[in-house]
Amino acid sequence: MAVKNSTYRTHFFTIIGSLLGAVLLAWKHFRSAIHRKKIMSIDDTSYFHQKDGVVTTLYPYESIPVPDNGRYRLHNEMEDCIVCDLCAKICPVDCIAIDPIKSTVEIGKTSDGSTRRIYAATFDIDMAKCCYCGLCTTVCPTESLTMTKAYDYSEFDIRNMVYHFADLSPEESVVKRKEWDEAQAAKLAAKAAPVATEEKPSAVADGEQPVAKPKPFIPKAMPPKVAIPVKKADDANVTPSAESKPEETPKPKVSIPPKIKIPLPKKKDDDATKGETTE
Amino acid sequence: MFVWAFLLTLTVILLYAVVVVYAERKAAAFVQDRLGPLEVGPKGLLQTVADLLKLLQKEDIIPNASDKILFRLAPWLIFIAIFCGFIALPWAPGLVGSDLPSGIFMIFAVVSLDVIGLFMVGWGANNKYALFGAVRSIAQIISYEIPLGLCLLAVVTFTGTLNLQEIAAQQALHSTSYLFGIPAVDVSHWGGIFAWNIIRFPVLIPVAILFFITTLAECNRAPFDIPEAESELVAGFHTEYSGFRFGMLFLSEYAMMLLVALLLVFLFLGAWHSPLPNIAAIALCDWTSGAVGHWSAIAWSVFWLGIKTMTVVFWQIMLRWTFPRLRVDQLMHLCWKLFLPLSMLLVLTSAVWKWFLIA
Repeated sequence: MAVKNSTYRTHFFTIIGSLLGAVLLAWKHFRSAIHRKKIMSIDDTSYFHQKDGVVTTLYPYESIPVPDNGRYRLHNEMEDCIVCDLCAKICPVDCIAIDPIKSTVEIGKTSDGSTRRIYAATFDIDMAKCCYCGLCTTVCPTESLTMTKAYDYSEFDIRNMVYHFADLSPEESVVKRKEWDEAQAAKLAAKAAPVATEEKPSAVADGEQPVAKPKPFIPKAMPPKVAIPVKKADDANVTPSAESKPEETPKPKVSIPPKIKIPLPKKKDDDATKGETTE
Repeated sequence: MFVWAFLLTLTVILLYAVVVVYAERKAAAFVQDRLGPLEVGPKGLLQTVADLLKLLQKEDIIPNASDKILFRLAPWLIFIAIFCGFIALPWAPGLVGSDLPSGIFMIFAVVSLDVIGLFMVGWGANNKYALFGAVRSIAQIISYEIPLGLCLLAVVTFTGTLNLQEIAAQQALHSTSYLFGIPAVDVSHWGGIFAWNIIRFPVLIPVAILFFITTLAECNRAPFDIPEAESELVAGFHTEYSGFRFGMLFLSEYAMMLLVALLLVFLFLGAWHSPLPNIAAIALCDWTSGAVGHWSAIAWSVFWLGIKTMTVVFWQIMLRWTFPRLRVDQLMHLCWKLFLPLSMLLVLTSAVWKWFLIA
């Protein structure tokens, strides 16, 4: 106690001094509150030179510019997408779901000159699952998948966090799928008659790729969850595609229909019936 | 007169609370480099009004296990005790609830009843945090009333009266005033700041500082806000209160701030007189005081009293956002080991000075 008291006494003026210093500091901040720090990007050279002033950013009214390499919401430019499925494969959280349909003819060219041969009946990105690692954008061969600067896109319903980039409407996808199946059947018939040409095996191999794709996302049991909101958003976007799958490939996809059909009656019987009717 | 003063005081306290709560939030924001309330009304001016409306609509929750009589009664007692303190406080020359000869004494006698209310709050709520808060509050208020009383004694030694009207009148232009307490230098015709008690009698400068600090503790303001220390005691003694009753406790706290700020102005800072002195031909004091007996005199009085009081309140607010809270033992150390001897010394100095130099 004696030591403590003596320190109190000897430091009396130091304490008074520091108390006054604190008051002056508070006053300095109070005074400098008449001006605000300018809203500027971190890229700005004078970003760290603003020492005084109010730091608040009135967010909904103003916002700090996002740097060019900012990683926020994903956007897929379907015009440039070749539906190669690389993004879905590399995604560590599996937030990208793609349902490809091979086209019988060349659809077009991407802006970098690649040929587009596959339609995407489904190209859903679940931003609620996204971990913003940006891997999908690095692997994208045509740079169609990019991270934009949009970061404020919260939703009241988590299902609205799924973004749809499909370039086919459900009806179109049914048509396209049929076209492809018929073309394949024709080729097989042709193959059966003469000896196989060079084109056929490659086409079959290509054709099997999309078949293999659904496999990774089937065991997750997530597609149904994704599929339901899609139905709600734009009626039966996925249902026809989901139910037409068994038609095109009988072998591995036998396991799909039950998994997809189970959730349908759970939430909306109407949707299920609609899906059937559209089929 | 009494009725008018009553209504005036009530209105002033309510308006003041609305303004000062807003000011406090803004000042806090500015000290912390923020912007404070902005959304309700222009520049957030109606924020307090919105908060008050919300508060009034809230359910008045009375805990089952509480002592209901004490719980219901306490906020009223606290508010009435503090409100009664305003009885002897004049708002302008002649405009006073009760022109008591023992004004200061009466104010502190009545205001200290607020301790009973605080204890009722803490005890009646039957909540450990509330009780802790109340116990701390009582320990603090009773302790700090001693140096506070001695500070008042130092002032009264000099003024020779307990009546606040008279104390105000002593600090007017043309009343006897000596520069820095030296009778040889008579500056009565200067008026303004030179007629202030702290300038007329410089012993009162440390007394004023001490008075300011002890009154901060009296109204449970930071850095002496251990009774309601949010980080330790939830909300301190008013933990269990909600709605209107909480509003009354809140209002009492702010009314107490106003009361002590007014007292500080009356006792040390020249009451409602202009701070600008007459310098030869430039009669700043005359120009800013109005003619005696004319309505302009009242207007100027109210103006200067308001400005000075609000300045004091502003610094009460600023200190809250400057200093960290004291620990209980530090609080007691400060009071009993530092302020008490210091205030005794100041009373003695004040008496000796008055005896040998002025009287």
